[in-house]
Amino acid sequence: MASTTIDAAATPPTPTAPPSHEVVDRTNRRWALGFAIAALGLWAFYKFALESMPGGVQDAFQTWLPLTAVNEAIVWVICAIGLNIVVGYAGLLDLGFVAFWAIGGYCAGWFMSFFLGQYDITFHFLSAAPPTQSGIHINWWIVLAIAGAVCAFFGILIGAPTLRLKSDYLAIVTLGFGEIIPQVFVNGEDIAGFNLSNGTKGITPLDPITALPVGPEAVSRPLGPFDLETKYLLFALIVAFCVFVSLRIREGRLGRAWLAIREDELAASMMGVPLMRSKLAAYAVGAFMGGLGGVVFAIHVNGVFADRFNFSISIILLAMVVLGGMGNVWGVMIGALGLAWINSTFLPKLGETVNDALDTEINFPSYNFLIFGSILVLMMLFRREGLFPETRTRELVQEPERTELEDMHADLEGDVR
Amino acid sequence: MSQGAVGEPLLQVDDISVYYGNIAAVKGLSMSVPQGAIVTLIGSNGAGKSTTLRTISGLLHPKSGRITFEGKEISRSPGHEVVGMGIAHSPEGRRIFPRMTVDENLELGAFTRDDKEGIAADRDHVLELFPRLAERINQKAGTMSGGEQQMLAVARAMMAKPRLLLLDEPSMGLAPVLVDLIFDTIEKIRESGVTILLVEQNALAALRVADYAYVMESGFLKLQGPARELAEDDEVVRAYLGG
Repeated sequence: MASTTIDAAATPPTPTAPPSHEVVDRTNRRWALGFAIAALGLWAFYKFALESMPGGVQDAFQTWLPLTAVNEAIVWVICAIGLNIVVGYAGLLDLGFVAFWAIGGYCAGWFMSFFLGQYDITFHFLSAAPPTQSGIHINWWIVLAIAGAVCAFFGILIGAPTLRLKSDYLAIVTLGFGEIIPQVFVNGEDIAGFNLSNGTKGITPLDPITALPVGPEAVSRPLGPFDLETKYLLFALIVAFCVFVSLRIREGRLGRAWLAIREDELAASMMGVPLMRSKLAAYAVGAFMGGLGGVVFAIHVNGVFADRFNFSISIILLAMVVLGGMGNVWGVMIGALGLAWINSTFLPKLGETVNDALDTEINFPSYNFLIFGSILVLMMLFRREGLFPETRTRELVQEPERTELEDMHADLEGDVR
Repeated sequence: MSQGAVGEPLLQVDDISVYYGNIAAVKGLSMSVPQGAIVTLIGSNGAGKSTTLRTISGLLHPKSGRITFEGKEISRSPGHEVVGMGIAHSPEGRRIFPRMTVDENLELGAFTRDDKEGIAADRDHVLELFPRLAERINQKAGTMSGGEQQMLAVARAMMAKPRLLLLDEPSMGLAPVLVDLIFDTIEKIRESGVTILLVEQNALAALRVADYAYVMESGFLKLQGPARELAEDDEVVRAYLGG
């Protein structure tokens, strides 16, 4: 036995610096506290404080930061945190994440509306829908779990055949998957006579959600379309769940396995990390969160519409992860909030303001991809690790991964001249 | 120091052939590694040494032939299971995890184990073998020098508590003084009861620490014998060992 040869007295002094995961824990606790305060503060602000503000301030908030934009941004946050598991933690490029968003959305469509009533199915479970309505009406918390599970299953399904593929090829396969699934829903009105998705007409409206299925009126009343503050709180709770899961898994055995795979797949396998199982787990957990995001989005817009699930969603999600800082769940959250806000509110409102002032007709929102693209290019040139890189990346990015030629300080510009 | 074969063969390789697609990298190789020995596998670049190690550790599978470890056939076992059986592999080119600290690298070396106390004891043991690593325990592995990274690669493999340690080119790219240090450590590891299969291009250094040696050339086994005899045979040294 190796250890029996050691004389106990000769054991080197245990290093005194704290283990790095303790440092990470402390950092995360600080961030978590900050976010809890910010999230609750925002809620209290919209719920109580905004009404008593002067009209100008109220208008400014209604214009530049309406609560509905915040709620939509939360959908992006949930999905980006999911994608971060796949891309940031396990290092697997995924260009088709919109598929899970769509599948999650349709789970809400199927299980929270009249829709399946067309096949004479009627089932109610802890739902706020009128009991006489046909179709499947399940409490939304349970639908969240179902959607997560269904997406995790599809995550494994897409993951399994792609496991042997590396970077570019993997990206292309996931890209294909992200195209196929939404197309299935777009054309899903008549699949051998079965109406899966109602095609581009979509499934709307959905059942109203309740904070709790039973209990006093205050917590079990159905939330109407204008009950944005309460929905905001509930959605924020789901974000908290995703963050919690991300952080716990990260520090556990599976998280270590992902990290090792991201750093060096071959070496990871030599350490006894089961590559297949660990990668599939990453797909499954990421997809689970994508499913949650899909349900939340469906609730937010009160319906599922097939033509909304397009490739650009996958790309924007990836941009959010890269911008925020791959692997750092807090950074990803900030990246998602920021880009979602730019996309949904800032560009349109800026456009209105500028066009009003200059009497022009520039379509600002249509420049969003120019802006996102530029952000990505600038990030790759000047800050590859993202705005808020994870702690472990921060120290090493002084020497970012350049190409081998660059490493050798080869004279690449000589070509151009 | 023991010489020649010591005790039962721990690892037995019988007539294996390994292919990359249609290209045979190892052709009909047989070798045995006795319990408690240092056996070295030497030969020039592209002779099939690393392929052999990767086949033993389950990253590749032989097209024909069999590998048995402690009497159990492992030729078809996937890599992550082979580690659990007691074979650890310190890969060519170190391949430490650059963005993890030294400590986290060691922790990953023990990935297949769950005996907390045993892991802590082995962590102390490898830090005693490589005091330099103890000094850098919370440093990101990617920021260390090549020699330190090599030490970490060996230490990390030791964390799996292997009964057989596969070392692929541990002296590659190191300054002579560090090469000596690594080879001294290899002997210390053997003294602690771990059997070692060492792949080296630095043949003379390998023959100095090894008990028994196999020489490969273009996928074939060319020569074998007690390490000391091979090292002293001028003809062998000239023909195969670049002496």
